[in-house]
Amino acid sequence: MSTATADTPPSGEKLTRKVLTGDHPTWCPGCGDFAVLAAFYRFLEQEQIPHEKIVTLAGIGCSSRFPYFVNTHGGHYIHGRSLPFAVGVSLSRDDLHVFVFGGDGDGFSIGGNHLDHTARKNVNLTYVIMDNFVYGLTKKQTSPTSPIGFKSKTDPTGAIDQPINPMKKLLASGATFVARSHAAQVKHMVEMYRRAYHHKGFSVVEILSECVEFYPGAFDAAVPRKQGQFIEIEEKKHDGTPEDEKRHDPSDEEAAFRLAHLEWPGVFGVFYETQRLTKNELEAQLNQRARERVKGKSDLEILRDTFAKMR
Amino acid sequence: MVSSDRSSQPISGAALQKEVLKDAVIRLAGNSQDGIQTIGGFLARLAGRTAQEVMTYMTIPSTISGGPSIFQVRMGTGEVLSAGDSADFLVAFYQHSLESHIDSLRERGVLIYDSDHVKPDLSDKRFIYFGVPITGLTIEAVGGSAREKGKNMFVLGLLARMFNLQIDKLRQLIQERFASKGESVLRNALLAFDAGFAYPADSVLKRYYYFEKEKDEDGRVQITMDGNQALAYGLIAAGVRYGAGYPITPWTSIMEILRSELPKYGGTFVQCEDELAAISTALGAAYAGHTAVTGSSGPGLSLKMEALGWAVMAEIPLIIVNIQRGGPSTGMPTNVEQSDLLQAIYGSHGDAPRVVIAPENVEGCFYCAIEAARIAREFSVPVIILSDQSLATRIEAFPEPDLEKLMITPQLDLAPRGADFKPYPLDGPTRHAPPGARIDGKYPTVTGLEHDEHGHPSANPAIHMRMTARRREKLKKLAASLPRPEIYGDQEGDVLLVGWGSTWGPIREAVRRLRAEDKLVGHVHLRHLHPLPNGLERLFTRFRQVFVVEMNDEGLYGFGQLATLLRGRYAYQSIRSITKTDGLPYKVREILEGVRRLSADHVSTFSLYPNL
Repeated sequence: MSTATADTPPSGEKLTRKVLTGDHPTWCPGCGDFAVLAAFYRFLEQEQIPHEKIVTLAGIGCSSRFPYFVNTHGGHYIHGRSLPFAVGVSLSRDDLHVFVFGGDGDGFSIGGNHLDHTARKNVNLTYVIMDNFVYGLTKKQTSPTSPIGFKSKTDPTGAIDQPINPMKKLLASGATFVARSHAAQVKHMVEMYRRAYHHKGFSVVEILSECVEFYPGAFDAAVPRKQGQFIEIEEKKHDGTPEDEKRHDPSDEEAAFRLAHLEWPGVFGVFYETQRLTKNELEAQLNQRARERVKGKSDLEILRDTFAKMR
Repeated sequence: MVSSDRSSQPISGAALQKEVLKDAVIRLAGNSQDGIQTIGGFLARLAGRTAQEVMTYMTIPSTISGGPSIFQVRMGTGEVLSAGDSADFLVAFYQHSLESHIDSLRERGVLIYDSDHVKPDLSDKRFIYFGVPITGLTIEAVGGSAREKGKNMFVLGLLARMFNLQIDKLRQLIQERFASKGESVLRNALLAFDAGFAYPADSVLKRYYYFEKEKDEDGRVQITMDGNQALAYGLIAAGVRYGAGYPITPWTSIMEILRSELPKYGGTFVQCEDELAAISTALGAAYAGHTAVTGSSGPGLSLKMEALGWAVMAEIPLIIVNIQRGGPSTGMPTNVEQSDLLQAIYGSHGDAPRVVIAPENVEGCFYCAIEAARIAREFSVPVIILSDQSLATRIEAFPEPDLEKLMITPQLDLAPRGADFKPYPLDGPTRHAPPGARIDGKYPTVTGLEHDEHGHPSANPAIHMRMTARRREKLKKLAASLPRPEIYGDQEGDVLLVGWGSTWGPIREAVRRLRAEDKLVGHVHLRHLHPLPNGLERLFTRFRQVFVVEMNDEGLYGFGQLATLLRGRYAYQSIRSITKTDGLPYKVREILEGVRRLSADHVSTFSLYPNL
């Protein structure tokens, strides 16, 4: 890299919830997103990533207010485009840890195309989709994950369009890490954050996060204290026991699709994880080969050589 | 081509007439797969190496394979300002090439045609005819290639003999160009070239041409490239190491160059899934502390507009290249127009001031890239470079830039920021802290929401007013720092021609001709379109008439896009428009006609209420 980084020494500062707390959230009381934020603090406390290297980015929506509530470098970008923005950060600054937050509108509707391409390119970053099945910031319109029959201001007689199956979309996109969690399960969310963060490449976690204002009770079917069932994926231990046969192998893409096909509310945990070279690594390889060809010349010498051929 | 050193003596000089040329326009017409651009490229580079002036003009079909294509090269000893209104020499590869382009050949011009394919009407006595079995002789020379490859090299050899060009230098250029493509390719190219040169063109025509030598090669080194290359390499010299784009004609060649060149400099250019992602990825790199670039052509610029608004609001530096083409929508993708000016200045939503500059020629493309990067960094603002299709593909030679002085090696500024860090101080320039910089206090969230000095969101009316003014005032500060353009030609008098972008050459040539007719005419060319430099009113008021020449529509109210702006800014009735929308670069003649037409009816414009 010719871009010299006048790097600051590691802060040595301990990441605590107090240090990490940014603005007071603007979310409605009882919103599932509070728990998603609390889990993120706890995950950062556990990992102790250098404070100045953490970047939280978002697009537009209730959940996309997230970066203001975390005291780290942050960016509040435009609707649906937070992923390509994050791609620019990640690819040009491999020293940073990039987290992107957004909702179902941002991720599956206006930004759906970006999700596919960021996933297939396996850009090194973590994307958290707080899915509430409704447009909240604009006060109750149908979202791409609203179930058929959901009554909203744009579908007063009930939604008629087939909703997206988020897990199927994420698996088909080519993402190398796909997980699902629930805002009522803080411990589980922390664990999914941890796994996603340590995954090399594009990791995405869908978190069902209830909108108490416009879609209360949407995810009760997966909340035990509301008579629901929170079923965690049991992952293979490769211990040779007969019960291990029935456990899920996250590297098995077909099995992951079968889990995605389960009846509502389905299961939670890591659906799929595979290792593939990241775009960050592939671009670095291209750079290394190009640098070898110019034999460590300075920028000035390289351009001067190019001009010499145009005389 | 000056070749008085006699490296290529006319073969039987004594019997031949020597015709001295000041400059010559050669139009090559064939199909896009014939490699006629290669001939033009060689001629242009030869001109560059021999300190000649050169300008080229090409059309490429928008279809993928084949289709008619032309390359026009004008070279000479004086200052070559335009690609020429009509051709002195026309090389026609096919019957359709002849039929489409014979009208561009001037009277007494020379038609060189492939007699294996073309049957001209020899009874038309306006032209000089010179038939050569180009196809047959090329096949013979190269050794029976049925695919007729190498005709371009044959024609190059033919022209080398007719124009008494320096064949040593041409052979050297051919070596450089084809050496990497394998021995047989190089051998065939040279065989075809030699065969063309061996054809006794001079004795058939009973004359050879000789470029008047006006000046000695003064040792200044020239480099030869097209406008898109100049922009791409200018960006690299300016310290741009990151960028993102999406393919669209005629912007694409810039992203192709950056994609393969930037890794050498430790940078990366990303091909994105769409235009929105492209500007977003570039903005991500800019947010991360780099000087970054994105670019496109008309429709793509429209798609980038929402993100451009974010860059204005968040005050993130970014360079946006727009290679203008013709018409709205898909329009005329391989033609030229200057119809994106208002989009560049006012596109997007809300009050979103940004900088717009336009290069006037290929050399200007290089320096505009450098200036755009400097302005973007200094003022934390998106800067749009408005080039166009004709500049993008036009080859020119210009003095090699002083890279020692110009080259910028970028540095990330990750110095720690104190507790009082304010990215948007009301009393100073914007200074972001890119991620990686430690902050003793609250870390910034860079946002598109209206915000206070700290970058914190606020819908306070007073803050919105103050910050809107802040974003405006910094561009007024830039305006005050811009040099006032100089008038070329008469400093006061009848008519001032005002132009921007690629019309520079034809306008200047038009001014020369008008002055030769004893008219008092000047020319001002605006590189800085938004903000405009201060003090233009002092130039405009020195002339009775101000005609703005541009390649766009006169609009509903009779004024082109720059003319509309200038009238809004200065409210002078003397400002009027010369416009056109044929998708082709201005011919000098068209500008002269425009000036005559407007000069004739200038009285009506001086009435404040012409319809009363």
